[in-house]
Amino acid sequence: MGPLIPNGLIPTEWNFIIALIIGFFFGFILEASGFSSSRKLMGVFYGYDFAVLKVFFTAAAVSVIGLYYMDYLNWLDISKLYVHPTYLWAAIIGGVIMGIGFLAGGFCPGTSLTAVAIGKIDGIVYTIGLMLGIFIFSEFFPIIEPFFLKSYLGHITLADSFGISPYWIIFIFTIIAVVAFYFADIIRNRVKKVFY
Amino acid sequence: MEKIKKTKRHVYWNPYFGGFLLGLLIIVTFYLSGRGLGASGALKSGVVTIVDTVAPNHAETNGYYSQFLKDNESPMNNWLVFEALGVILGAFLSGALTGRIKWRVQHSPKITSKKRLVFALIGGILFGFGAQIARGCTSGAALSGMAVLATGGFITMLAIFGTGYLAAYFFRKNWI
Repeated sequence: MGPLIPNGLIPTEWNFIIALIIGFFFGFILEASGFSSSRKLMGVFYGYDFAVLKVFFTAAAVSVIGLYYMDYLNWLDISKLYVHPTYLWAAIIGGVIMGIGFLAGGFCPGTSLTAVAIGKIDGIVYTIGLMLGIFIFSEFFPIIEPFFLKSYLGHITLADSFGISPYWIIFIFTIIAVVAFYFADIIRNRVKKVFY
Repeated sequence: MEKIKKTKRHVYWNPYFGGFLLGLLIIVTFYLSGRGLGASGALKSGVVTIVDTVAPNHAETNGYYSQFLKDNESPMNNWLVFEALGVILGAFLSGALTGRIKWRVQHSPKITSKKRLVFALIGGILFGFGAQIARGCTSGAALSGMAVLATGGFITMLAIFGTGYLAAYFFRKNWI
């Protein structure tokens, strides 16, 4: 039963080869979907291209349905999967800063790596910026640390937060995604086309 | 042949197809490793390695770098670093197959390359900083978090995209 590496079913020596192969497919899918182009990514904020919304929400819906279904079939123990911890205010403020960085820079870290791979100089400069940002954070860590560790709510899921079954949340999330796709197409047809 | 190459350059996958494959990849990743995908973590390993090489004493006493330093083992010896190398290889192959590999600065015709690069640097700094506060970026916190219904992943996703829509007005000249 999965997850295979934490359950000792794959020797840890294979770790890095598996990581390399997973990364390979991740990079290929992102690039082939057009995520190496900052102008395509930014379309989601101006209404001329909704690839980000469609790829992102389709991936989230497919993965959450698949993982919970595999848990239901006893192929996977969902309680053994890593749940990103919730530090309420750090998640919000970090997200806000990332949102401004996204609009200014045109990439997020994964997509900028794919831009670097195909020779985009803006992607290379952005990636250098990422490393500078991480450096600045680390140097100011003693000042930021109290905020960084504040409002810790544990490794909680939406099922814990709302106190309802995860299946209902997945169902509602999927409906929201489909409705969002529908309105995205309506908006796109009304917005002036941008060629890039 | 040249014409085929030129038209292919702007043809990307159907976003639902790409999203479906990405969803399957996330399932496989969790099934194998118990964790999701990530991107900014590899760059953090890079920064820790550089600081540890240039100023090892400083890295050991700093409360953040020191969390990622182990005796006798390089911080580059890490799952996310290998994953990021894979990302670059995979993207390179996809770009090569469609004729998209070229040195260039991509920007709106309304702005200069220089302005684009200045904003790319500022944007990168902000995103790198924000990703440390939120303990992950769009891949590690938002996408992989949402795949297991992590509350923090949803909050970070809403904060990134919500702020994006609010900030879009101020950056419109850079993109449209």
